[in-house]
Amino acid sequence: MNTRTWVIAHKELLQLRRDRLTLAMMIVLPLLQLLLFGYAINTDVRHIPSVVYDQDRSAQSRDLARSLEATGFYDFVGSVNDYDDIQRALRGNRARVALVIPPGYASNLARGKPAQAQLVVDGSDPQTVASATNTAASLVALRSTEILLQRLQLSGNGFPGQPITLEPDTWYNPELRTAVYVVPGLVGVILTMTMVMLTSMAIARERERGTLEQLIVSPVRSVELVVGKILPFVVIGYVQMTLIFLAGRIVFDVPIRGALLLLYALAFLFIAANLALGLFFSTLAKTQQQAMQMSFFFLLPNILLSGFMFPWEAMPRPAQLLSQGLPLTHFLRIVRIITLKDGNFADVRVEVVWLSAILAALILLASLRFSKKLG
Amino acid sequence: MADSAEFIIETEHLSRRFGELLAVNDLSLSVRRGEIFGVLGPNGAGKSTTIRMLCGILDPTSGRGSVIGFDIAKQAEQIKQRIGYMTQRFSLYEDLTVSENLGFYAGIYGVPWRTRRARVAQVMELSGLTARSKQLAGTLSGGWKQRVALASATIHQPPLLFLDEPTAGVDPVSRREFWEQIHRLSAEGTTVLLTTHYMDEAERCHRLSFIFHGELLDVGTPDQIVERRNLSVAELEVDRATEAAVLLRARPEVDEVAHYGHLLRLATHDGTDAKTLAESLLLSAKFSVSQARSTRATVEDAFVSMVRSEHQNREQEGRT
Repeated sequence: MNTRTWVIAHKELLQLRRDRLTLAMMIVLPLLQLLLFGYAINTDVRHIPSVVYDQDRSAQSRDLARSLEATGFYDFVGSVNDYDDIQRALRGNRARVALVIPPGYASNLARGKPAQAQLVVDGSDPQTVASATNTAASLVALRSTEILLQRLQLSGNGFPGQPITLEPDTWYNPELRTAVYVVPGLVGVILTMTMVMLTSMAIARERERGTLEQLIVSPVRSVELVVGKILPFVVIGYVQMTLIFLAGRIVFDVPIRGALLLLYALAFLFIAANLALGLFFSTLAKTQQQAMQMSFFFLLPNILLSGFMFPWEAMPRPAQLLSQGLPLTHFLRIVRIITLKDGNFADVRVEVVWLSAILAALILLASLRFSKKLG
Repeated sequence: MADSAEFIIETEHLSRRFGELLAVNDLSLSVRRGEIFGVLGPNGAGKSTTIRMLCGILDPTSGRGSVIGFDIAKQAEQIKQRIGYMTQRFSLYEDLTVSENLGFYAGIYGVPWRTRRARVAQVMELSGLTARSKQLAGTLSGGWKQRVALASATIHQPPLLFLDEPTAGVDPVSRREFWEQIHRLSAEGTTVLLTTHYMDEAERCHRLSFIFHGELLDVGTPDQIVERRNLSVAELEVDRATEAAVLLRARPEVDEVAHYGHLLRLATHDGTDAKTLAESLLLSAKFSVSQARSTRATVEDAFVSMVRSEHQNREQEGRT
């Protein structure tokens, strides 16, 4: 590496050392985000407030309600006496689910007739609906099978057990904890945010203060200027990455299984892609503020489309295609495959090819725009 | 090209166009090695554009130029290593100290690592900055910032120095000290090309050029430029000075009437004697002239006269 590159990198470090606020932000921001996302993003819905409208008032009807509550998905916060009460409870957000057991539930059961129960669900929040109905449906299905089996055995010509059993076995995250999924992804999101923003602002600042013109008339080459300016940020990127992994381990007990060396090596592709993008933004922005706005504007599709928050598989085709162009999409897969599934290079090589292609395209774009001439 | 040992900058028919605007038009000038060369012209005349082309950071639309023997369009990088350039706004890193700023530019201009510290110390000593070496550049006043900027631009001892309005917004004492530095550098053999709006500074240059609407109007020593305008100047003390000025300005041979405290300064061209003209005009109009004396024309008189007559020429061209 040449001397002028080091001179510029050294100057960046000196400036960074004086800019305590930015420095603090680079450390505090990842930790804050970690806590925020780690606790707040929780897609497994539990303890849904619910009410019971028990018209049957039998031992069996009470038993159904109790066994629903025992799943941990429903908290019965009260009983109601008519549908108007249910409506009031749902509208006022006091309950999201109402279990309605019509009269004759117990007697139908006793006589071997189909007994009915109704689950009223607040559909304004689709995530809750899915969890609520699925749990209740599987519970009721299980109950029905038990009753059927009992009857078959009583009549003397039954199976010894269920005809088909499915035993789900979840690998890599057996307790299905969201944090395990979110924390490694957060590494990618935070790097996207800070790397793009810091580079674009670092160059825009020189433009704003007029020092860029002073550098343009100097013998510094574009490559030296760019590499020298982003080198310190690469280091910061790695520090942030390490910090998030450590804090995720300590606070959320997120395991890190895979080859860390491979992950850190591949992270370089991702960090470099974001820095190149930041550089490209800086050639468009005239002020630091514009650079910051562009960075934020870029962050949003990253969070929404990369598969960080919403499953990539659930996205419509055009969104999927678009997200393939985002470095974060591929880095998320790499980081999850390596840290959660102990994947090796062969497992991530498609993503590596994608990431390299994006990086090459961004470098080309940035250097085309980043000319040392003023006119 | 002519004797390149004599001229450090030479341009031939240099032009630069920004869309519709012709910022520099057919500019041919030569700057001698070792001289202090001033570029004068109103705002927007194309001074900064010219400097940028000479530094190799802006390509000319047409024409050519050479700086220190290198072509400005094709050999920009060679030029950049050999010049110093100070922008209009003294672009320093405000969050770095004086010595850090100087050290940075020393590194950028390839002062070897081993001698960098010594060179920075030497430049600080020469510019009187040693006591402030640890101060952040952002906390310096205008005059001190300008010193640091000049020290940065000369840290690598360039043979040619470009200064774009180096003294804008700096107090008179600092300006005077700044000019001492410029003459010291010139005595050491550095060629200095600078732009300025201050006429007292223009008179301190070895040679001057006037640029107006991107065109070169005149080049020469300050004396030559003043002489070529062939101006006659008088200073008058007269009652009802404002009315007197209106009367005088109406005459076609009058270039300029300006107030200086109680005095009116009158400049005329075309061989008309300013003092004679003023006395005969004002006395016949019943003004009482208590004092009138002829005086030497200055660069400022020449500059104003040149800009005025150019304006008139352009207006006439516009009408026809």
